[in-house]
Amino acid sequence: MRNKVFSSFDEAVADIPDGACIGMDSWAIAATPQNLIAALKRKGVKDLTVVTHCFIPMIFGEDKSTMPSVLLPQMKKLITPVVGIAHLGGTAFVEEYVEKGLEVEQTTIGTMSSRLYAGAARLGGIYNPVGVGTVVEEGKEKRVIDGKEYILEKPIRLDYAFVSAHKADRLGNTVYKGVFRGDGPVMAMAADFTIVEVDELVEIGEIDAEHVITAGIFVDRIVEIPEDGLATARKLRELIDELHSIEPARKLMFG
Amino acid sequence: MKQRLDRNGIAKRAAKELKDGDYVNLGLGIPNHCADYADEGVIFHTENGAMGYGPLVSPDEPEKADFHYHDAIGRFWVPAPGMSVFDVVTSFVMIRSGRMIVILGALEVSEKGDIANWSTGGAHGGTIGGAMDLSFGSKRVIVTMEHNTKEGKPRIVKECTYPLTRKECVDLVVTDLAVIKVTPEGLLLREVAPGWTVEEVQALTGPKLIIAPDLKEIGL
Repeated sequence: MRNKVFSSFDEAVADIPDGACIGMDSWAIAATPQNLIAALKRKGVKDLTVVTHCFIPMIFGEDKSTMPSVLLPQMKKLITPVVGIAHLGGTAFVEEYVEKGLEVEQTTIGTMSSRLYAGAARLGGIYNPVGVGTVVEEGKEKRVIDGKEYILEKPIRLDYAFVSAHKADRLGNTVYKGVFRGDGPVMAMAADFTIVEVDELVEIGEIDAEHVITAGIFVDRIVEIPEDGLATARKLRELIDELHSIEPARKLMFG
Repeated sequence: MKQRLDRNGIAKRAAKELKDGDYVNLGLGIPNHCADYADEGVIFHTENGAMGYGPLVSPDEPEKADFHYHDAIGRFWVPAPGMSVFDVVTSFVMIRSGRMIVILGALEVSEKGDIANWSTGGAHGGTIGGAMDLSFGSKRVIVTMEHNTKEGKPRIVKECTYPLTRKECVDLVVTDLAVIKVTPEGLLLREVAPGWTVEEVQALTGPKLIIAPDLKEIGL
């Protein structure tokens, strides 16, 4: 059996070249493959294209939570629906990089998922109804199909996908937990190489075939998050306690 | 002195539109509060990948919070029996399926039911997010918002001045002064806040309102 299990994150990202296009889903803390992102930062590759749902500034130190934005100095392009959060200074944190040439492509959340699916299925593009009559259609081909207007959106194909999952077996069959699923499954299918970081690596047969979300064919490398890694249960608990102690965050995140 | 409804009042009125068995996505701000007043059988969706989730975690019980279980703006909830979780592709297909009611906040709504709610314009005006997706393909779009800006200008206008989210999609607008239905003939004023006259509401609204024959006071 070919080995997909890597013992370190650095080893798992070792062959990623300058200029790679990498999907790394993130909904703030949720779904974020923090350990792989941290390893990519250590590796120091440049001219990256990053595809993610939520691109927000680093709120805490890198040892507590590592977001895709930690890669800003290494990026040439960002594709995302969400840049910054109003109450965290909006887009200010990306502006110095935009001045230095960072390209930012904004797309709606649903459109991004559809474009990733198109990339996965090798479609040439999608005719998308979302955004018709808005700034989204500027500069894009439009077409009327059966009396309805659509915008041509191009597929997103990834060189690598970084995916944050709950469990995987040694064949790469993967399950997720709660809203950490995000766009992990479609990114895994849209990438040439998919690297999954998991809370727990399990033996073949431990995951019920009926419960597999991402089939092993889409997973090339697996790294189990060690106890001293990022996004462990202990680290996530400490983040919640810290957020709970900050009044604006407590008001936002608790009912 | 006559008063406008407060934000909870707007949410409470909008929640009356929701019935047992409805699948509903709530936008940021006032819409979020609708969950507090909705029928028990209403099933809530969050676009980051869950349907039928349980109550929000209160600030008194932080130990119940878990990053695997929160809504699209980061509010923690507890898992509930009957809940389902899914990826974002599936989540947005649900929105486009025509099976869901969406309640959105807005900066402006036009006479024709256009909505502007994602950007105040300019380079730093806003981020696209999922608002355009939510306004497309749902069974019904309800808007909750304050009737006027802080400067007293109408938010219900002939033509939106802010960047559009979607054209001609809003069905009902619930504000702190009125409940207004978007119809092919124009905006139909159905309910006014207690103590307010039609003329007063009209004076604070951009387009000419059509007055419903069965006009009544907003009941909470």
